[in-house]
Amino acid sequence: MTGDNAAAAAGVRAAGAPFAVAPIDCDIHPAVPGIRALLPYFDELWREMIVLRGIDKLALSLTSYPTGAPATVRPDWRPASGLPGSDLGLLQRQALDAFGSQFAICNVLHGGQLLHSEDMAAAFCSAINQWIARELLDRDPRLRASILIPLESPGMAVEEIERCSADPRFVQVLFYAMGEMPLGRRRFWPIYEAAVKHGLPIGVHAGSGYRHPPTTIGWPSYFMEDYIAQSAAFETQLLSFVTEGAFAKFPELKVVFIESGFTWLPAFMWRANKTWRGVRAEVPWVKEAPPDLVRHHLRLTLQPVDPPADPKAFERVLDQLGSEDMLLFSTDYPHGHFEGTDALPEALAGSVAEKVLAGNALATYPRLRQQQSVREIAP
Amino acid sequence: MNVAVREPRADAAQRLTIVDCDIHPNPRSPDEVRQFLPQRWQRHSAVFGNLSREMYSDTIGYPRMAPAISRGDAWPPGGGPPGSDLEFMRRQHLDPNGVEIGNLIPLTTRGPDQRNLDYAAALCTALNDWQLEYWLRKEPRLRGSVMVPAEDPAAAVAEIERRADDPLFVQVLLPPRTGEPLGRRRYRPTLAAAAAANRPVAIHVGGQGGHCVTSTGWPSYYIEEHHSNVQTMQSLLTSLVVEGVFEDIPGLRIVLIESGFAWVPPLCWRLDSQWKRFREEVPHLKLLPSEYVRRSVWFTTQPLDEPERPRDLIDVVSWLGLDRLLLSTDYPHWDYDDPRQVFGGILNAREKAQVYRDNAKAFYGY
Repeated sequence: MTGDNAAAAAGVRAAGAPFAVAPIDCDIHPAVPGIRALLPYFDELWREMIVLRGIDKLALSLTSYPTGAPATVRPDWRPASGLPGSDLGLLQRQALDAFGSQFAICNVLHGGQLLHSEDMAAAFCSAINQWIARELLDRDPRLRASILIPLESPGMAVEEIERCSADPRFVQVLFYAMGEMPLGRRRFWPIYEAAVKHGLPIGVHAGSGYRHPPTTIGWPSYFMEDYIAQSAAFETQLLSFVTEGAFAKFPELKVVFIESGFTWLPAFMWRANKTWRGVRAEVPWVKEAPPDLVRHHLRLTLQPVDPPADPKAFERVLDQLGSEDMLLFSTDYPHGHFEGTDALPEALAGSVAEKVLAGNALATYPRLRQQQSVREIAP
Repeated sequence: MNVAVREPRADAAQRLTIVDCDIHPNPRSPDEVRQFLPQRWQRHSAVFGNLSREMYSDTIGYPRMAPAISRGDAWPPGGGPPGSDLEFMRRQHLDPNGVEIGNLIPLTTRGPDQRNLDYAAALCTALNDWQLEYWLRKEPRLRGSVMVPAEDPAAAVAEIERRADDPLFVQVLLPPRTGEPLGRRRYRPTLAAAAAANRPVAIHVGGQGGHCVTSTGWPSYYIEEHHSNVQTMQSLLTSLVVEGVFEDIPGLRIVLIESGFAWVPPLCWRLDSQWKRFREEVPHLKLLPSEYVRRSVWFTTQPLDEPERPRDLIDVVSWLGLDRLLLSTDYPHWDYDDPRQVFGGILNAREKAQVYRDNAKAFYGY
């Protein structure tokens, strides 16, 4: 570990780092370089199947993240060769050193998680999680990761959580914003039970398995529309968690929306509150007002900020969130949302900066908290 | 959901008059509309009825929390469903609330949604004739909406042109839930015909496009379905802007009905931010997305978004512009906004006159 890395790991600012506090980056995207790289982590049966079917020659790359688009990868963050985010050395310099991050949570976006075959999805998730541990977590002590689970298979998802949670560097469980069923539905509750048991928040990242059109009015023409529609899906998921009673059932459950934007949240809470006051008889287990439940259970990563043009209006939105505990610093590396290291908006640079940069993440992720205190005692 | 109903106030004449941009009339029975259909379609209607994209023929997949979605006190004493008795509507709503002009939005007969396109067109024509005979010619305060078959633009254009010279029809009505996003090119002729007839296109929540009511699967509850109208309107507005509809038809004016409006500024911020990343994909957009919205889109007020701190709504209104808001009550539905109470104390008398009456007068040319 370099001197800067050691300083960052202890939570203090490294020389030349852009922030007063070493941040915890809650959303970076290292990429599996190709399915061939995963082959050592499959069992023999799956290895044979994958080669036999030519799947090792595919990328299973997600339509919701076109890897070629200059819009989705910052030009200066694109490696000379290979997929964006696939060069660990580059990622260490650009995503970790440049921001002076003490921790960064790897959300590996991979199509294997979304396969229709529950068995193949489970095999892929298991292989990718092992790859993450060996190829990322073992190679940089600042890295932490989300556990990939087969999204439509709660039973096998729980098994994967049980297996991975033995490794304290896995700090969260990863879902996508658009799946087959809304995430509050009770078929998913065994996953939340396992997650709570192991101190793992539920991360929901932008993206879609295209089980349904990305809008409720059908298929749009442009990728930009799909991307915009992600925030509507996050609203749907949030309402589902609330109305199904998942938050009431699991008081310790934390849900982290990742790459969701957050300026939509006040208007969402107002509407959810009004409708709940009108028809709460339908969901009698929702005993607290939706905004109170949201502030207790939901966290959101910083990028994309999607701010109003007027900084004063942005300050009003931050005030309307009604909590300083909800926003978690993120760069979304290598997706491009800002120039240089200018990831923290001016309106968040004041007294709340420490919370956004690191404090809120430590409060959200029990596993980061434990590991940071261990480090502080024995650096 | 309405626990108490106040007596109509006697001093209506001395108070602010209003233009109500969302009143739902109902036929007393299916025959009331059927009589306007040609014989062939009368028989079709009686034999086959609605062929829709939902599992129930008489409601949505999420049974509502109130009979006929309506206020408990809105059932006419003489029988028939809420909104089916003009005299009772006068007594309960138009007179006591000082309604100077009210726009009718017929919903129950699902004309625009029929899968049989010929029946859809015939039913929409019948619904327009029914509006004329049962409402517009009987009550000078009421105005109609041209119902058109959403999935058949050629027939929709014909119906718009048929009503173009009748000043009693003040807008073209479409549902947001269509087979494809409304900004897609197949719907462009309908939107262009409305603009050519100098009619705004009113888009009222609902419709049956045949897609899941959320982008991530079927939710469990009516409370979720009700809120999904907001996400649907977000996608609709995104579609109209990003597909370039407002570049293509600069004269087009859109009014979004019954979806609230607090979600509009954050959606515009997101559109503007992301346009900077994706503009290479949408070179047909010459302006910031929010500029199209500010130029061409209006919003009705009900259900009024209610921030935890009521004055936070001022931030929303100042971003949108007070001139973009048109009062609506949604009479006789359960989530009706009472014009005497809605907006609480956050608008002063001058602003109230603007939102309650003058904006709609300017918008519709009343």
